[in-house]
Amino acid sequence: MTKEDGVGEEKGGGCCAPPSGKGSPCCGGGSPSKSGIRYEDSFVDGEVGTPAGPVPRVHSRIGIDDVLGRWRVRWGIGRDRYRVAPGLYALGAPGADAPVLVTANYKVTFDVVRHEAAGLDAWILVLDTQGINVWCAAGEGTFGTGEVIRRVAETRLPEVVNHRRLVLPQLGAPGVAAHEVRKGCGFSVVYGPVRARDIRAFLDAGMQASPAMRRVVFPMWERLVLTPVEITGVLRPAGWAAAVLFLLAGVGPGVFSLGAAWDRGIAAVAALAAGILAGAVVTPALLPWLPGRSFSVKGGLAGGLLAACAVMWYRGTLEAPAALALLLAMTAVSSFIAMNFTGATPFTSPSGVEKEMRRALPVQAGLTVAAGLLWVGGAFLR
Amino acid sequence: MDRFRYFDGVATVRLADAACTGCGMCEEVCPHGVFAVRERKARFLDRDACMECGACAMNCPVKAISVHPGVGCAAAILNGWLSGSKPSCGCGG
Repeated sequence: MTKEDGVGEEKGGGCCAPPSGKGSPCCGGGSPSKSGIRYEDSFVDGEVGTPAGPVPRVHSRIGIDDVLGRWRVRWGIGRDRYRVAPGLYALGAPGADAPVLVTANYKVTFDVVRHEAAGLDAWILVLDTQGINVWCAAGEGTFGTGEVIRRVAETRLPEVVNHRRLVLPQLGAPGVAAHEVRKGCGFSVVYGPVRARDIRAFLDAGMQASPAMRRVVFPMWERLVLTPVEITGVLRPAGWAAAVLFLLAGVGPGVFSLGAAWDRGIAAVAALAAGILAGAVVTPALLPWLPGRSFSVKGGLAGGLLAACAVMWYRGTLEAPAALALLLAMTAVSSFIAMNFTGATPFTSPSGVEKEMRRALPVQAGLTVAAGLLWVGGAFLR
Repeated sequence: MDRFRYFDGVATVRLADAACTGCGMCEEVCPHGVFAVRERKARFLDRDACMECGACAMNCPVKAISVHPGVGCAAAILNGWLSGSKPSCGCGG
């Protein structure tokens, strides 16, 4: 076995994955072609020769596979494996003076960049962010100063381009110190727009971002695409909760009744599902219009309103304690789930979320306990 | 983002006026317009809009800005409380 083989094997084992500060650059030093151009990636349609070796050329088309892949990961399936090989890519026919756009190796992100940059001749430098988007990877430090410097050296970028400038997405800034990158590899960092769709306007304006390009927004569609993963994320705990609810539903004066377990269990599990829906979908969708600033209040209101409608609808078949229990439980569930949406929003500070949780968790727990007592107690009062 | 505001008076971001050189990096990297450079010094324009991402402090070449950065994510904070470690969440989308 040659040394080269050994390196290749290590690579397969993920030695390039953790950007561990000053670890040995086992993938470094090679030309971009060393690992071979991966033509099996449907977005690669050729190669571009450079003084540092051939660089894979990507196109801007988004195919059915890319769309399906995106929807698959939106539902949380294989999300941490949806990656592009880190390294340098060519978009169009870039020359030595073409801009270098830096991005993450989450494939959804990479697809957005190559699609939105259609028509440009540019280099795309893909960092190893372990398949995480720019914003989250910057927070975790994988989209970071060290990785930028390492990737510039590994791809021999100074030989490929005749300028010393990298365009980074603005949302990568929490992980990257521009002045340290300059010290570390001689490239100056220009922070581009927040959204990839502004990249052409940014370059056309001589790398100037308008104030609007610098601001994060959170429109309806961006909120809604994040809701499936909110639901899939709570499926497992919700399954356990449903099992417990069926058991609880059977508890009554006759010790345990299968018939009651079924009838009352269905109602309880429906309330649980409605609570999750209220917190994970209705609240994010109506976020700017629900009153208050705390997510737990917004979620509690959405869940409570939905529960009130359900109780009105079934008012003939539900006894008062059970109806009240469902009302309280749905409010608590929706409030808790909505609070979790703070992790998906681009404007909640950790200090704020912590403050909110300290106030909301005891209330949510209290409502849940009260709902449980009413639910079980109500069965004995019949 | 006018309709998307979180709590006032909780952000941990601090600005050391004396050290600031007015380079404007904080204004450039902030996604919420927290800073503006006026008369060659960075000023708070909208401190309560801060989401503590840490981009300003990271990119301040003279370390004039400090902030306690982190993820504003309830699940992460809950995990941190339960495991007694630093909050972290596997947010990937």
